[in-house]
Amino acid sequence: MSKMNLTRRGVLKTGAIAGAGVAAPTIFTAQSAAAFTNEPTGSSVTLGFNVPQTGPYADEGADELRAYELAVEHLNGGGDGGLMNTFSSKALQGNGIMGKKVEYVTGDTQTKSDAARASARSMIEKDGAVMITGGSSSGVAVAVQALCQEAGVIFMAGLTHSNDTTGKDKKANGFRHFFNSYMSGAALAPILANNYGTDRKAYHLTADYNWGYTTEEAVRTSTEAMGWETVAAVKTPLTQTDFSSYIAPVLQSGADVLVLNHYGGNMVNSLTNAVQFGLRDKLVNNKNFEIVVPLYSRLMAKGAGANVKGIFGSTNWHWSLQDEGSKAFVKSFGTKYGFPPSQAAHTCYVQAMLYADAVERAGSFNPCAVAEALEGFEFDGMGNGPTLYRAEDHQCFKDVLVVKGKENPTSEFDLLEIVEVTPVSQVTYDASIFGGELGSCNPGA
Amino acid sequence: MEAIILQILNGLDKGSAYALIALGLTLIFGTLGVVNFAHGALFMIGAFCAVTLSRILTLSHTVVDDTQTDFLGNPLKVDVPYVMDWFGETTGAAIIDWAVPLSILFAIPVMIAIGVIMERGLIKHFYKRPHADQILVTFGLAIVLQEIIKYYYGANPIPTPAPAAFKGSFDFGAMLGFDPNIIIYPYWRIIYFAFAAVIIGAVFAFLQFTTFGMVVRAGMADRETVQLLGINIDRRFTLMFGIAAAVAGLAGVMYTPINSPNYHMGMDFLVLSFVVVVVGGMGSLPGAVAAGFLLGILESFASMREVLAVLPGLNQIIIYLVAIIILLTRPRGLMGRKGVMEE
Repeated sequence: MSKMNLTRRGVLKTGAIAGAGVAAPTIFTAQSAAAFTNEPTGSSVTLGFNVPQTGPYADEGADELRAYELAVEHLNGGGDGGLMNTFSSKALQGNGIMGKKVEYVTGDTQTKSDAARASARSMIEKDGAVMITGGSSSGVAVAVQALCQEAGVIFMAGLTHSNDTTGKDKKANGFRHFFNSYMSGAALAPILANNYGTDRKAYHLTADYNWGYTTEEAVRTSTEAMGWETVAAVKTPLTQTDFSSYIAPVLQSGADVLVLNHYGGNMVNSLTNAVQFGLRDKLVNNKNFEIVVPLYSRLMAKGAGANVKGIFGSTNWHWSLQDEGSKAFVKSFGTKYGFPPSQAAHTCYVQAMLYADAVERAGSFNPCAVAEALEGFEFDGMGNGPTLYRAEDHQCFKDVLVVKGKENPTSEFDLLEIVEVTPVSQVTYDASIFGGELGSCNPGA
Repeated sequence: MEAIILQILNGLDKGSAYALIALGLTLIFGTLGVVNFAHGALFMIGAFCAVTLSRILTLSHTVVDDTQTDFLGNPLKVDVPYVMDWFGETTGAAIIDWAVPLSILFAIPVMIAIGVIMERGLIKHFYKRPHADQILVTFGLAIVLQEIIKYYYGANPIPTPAPAAFKGSFDFGAMLGFDPNIIIYPYWRIIYFAFAAVIIGAVFAFLQFTTFGMVVRAGMADRETVQLLGINIDRRFTLMFGIAAAVAGLAGVMYTPINSPNYHMGMDFLVLSFVVVVVGGMGSLPGAVAAGFLLGILESFASMREVLAVLPGLNQIIIYLVAIIILLTRPRGLMGRKGVMEE
């Protein structure tokens, strides 16, 4: 009769060895079947376009989607090729990406972080998207970027302007072509000084969320550095629609400039209210009262109508640029859709192209190979002049446009005019100033 | 002192919008006993009546201007409104400029019709259902209405400016002996307040001094007895729903120059308006008006920089804070009647 000597430690040891034995073949099989998440195995590759299709930014999302559809058409060899003709890299051949036909799925971010994460997750897990791109909000961008990092896919951000996206919340799998709050402040300040002088008193109204804070900080720092004084900075709720109670006390404060750190509906309403109060007709401290909108969007300018006339702001790109890349993109987009593209459409189109080009140059869809190809990549011909995808924070560095609301627009699209193209050297900063860690690339699987 | 006067002025126009929407809401609740969560959507549709009329007035034909080019480098196509062809450039431009005030005439029949269709087509089927069902169906209706508007007009705000004659602001400070530029207030907001006062007065006068109004008030107090007298109170209540819709719609029309209308604007006002109705007292018309102005003014004061420095975030909770205090001290609201919503 044998005696079984069962001990707790013995059972655990045996279980661990048996578990490793059973699991080992699976791990090796999994590695050999897919080296990274959603490795394309057939004749096509799926990209996930995560844009706001409902909610307050639905129009901006629709323009982003138009741009992505145009990019897919060009990548697959359709249309006139768009920016592929002017892009300094010639890796793309119009035969899809690495010979695989480009297909896409779309998700609706609703401009809500949780909804955006859910739609991105669904595109990755159910539809097999190998890359996620798009969006019209920094909150959404940061949330989806973190998800893509965990899932092991590349995230090519859409319209997101907060410093945090490639600052404290940056991720190794995430990349941003759009500019940020710091760059807006750095580009705007000298223009404001030239036009309004260095002895000014500024009053900030700031949307009470992440993007608002970084924009206020950037504009304050830049304008104070050239001599302006900030007399007050008031946070306004994101849900605010009538800003009269915030605007009425501005003149009492002795301020002679109002800076509206607002975007979207907030910007349309606060600017409309400020103009209604006749602020721009007033003379304060023996100077004309002025309004500044740090981040302009043509779609938002359209909402504010004639109120934008003469008001300075910054933008990532504008359809009236006359470089070959911009002209090619406006021609492709305008011919297909009948109106010029917005800056949101431009950045999304460029991000899709940059991703495809990076895959071709890397010779792989592996996110880590793609990230390596994008890091430190210098390119031109995409509408913003010579551009660098900085390796340290995955932020694009390029010239920044300072624009002004046009006095005599010829159409509903002709609302902004370019005042200055601020050179990239003036808006470049040290990658460490916003903190955060890129971490290491995650291929997933 | 100047800051206080300024915030009272601010509160008056904000309160005007709350009061007008809450007046319609409480009118519907008082007559039909329905909690109408689609009332904010009626405010939004009213605003889009102004957008629609403004688009009708700017219906254009295209003229090619060879001296200018469009974004693709082709000769620029310039839209010339038909009204300018028919009435001449100056008169045509003036008609377009006055689109918002003209929209009042357009919105009244449209909003009454929408109100009557809404009541007869959907809401009457929910009279005998619990309030929760009414809230669900009217909230669903509000979502449907705003999605329809978004489908046709897009998600972006649409600028609908006031006539040029009313642009700019009035210097109250100079009039009251203060320094100039200290207490300024936009002309259109003054007009909005006056307009709201006229509408509120007209609704009260209609209910107080007409036979129709007398029957409606009797019906609000005791519906069954009025029916026993052989009066078709349902038809009158249906019309009251139409009038309430028109009041909300007119509030929306006149609000368009203050904030560019978008499909979501009704929801922005809806919750606040319900708080106004509850604070004023369910079913009380004067209560709704008083609470509308009270909460509008308090909200303005809570947004002052000096207040926010002491109590940050007060601007976001003030209305709900006041609602809690009033309901704790006066559970029926400011002017609530015994028996309403208490069965």
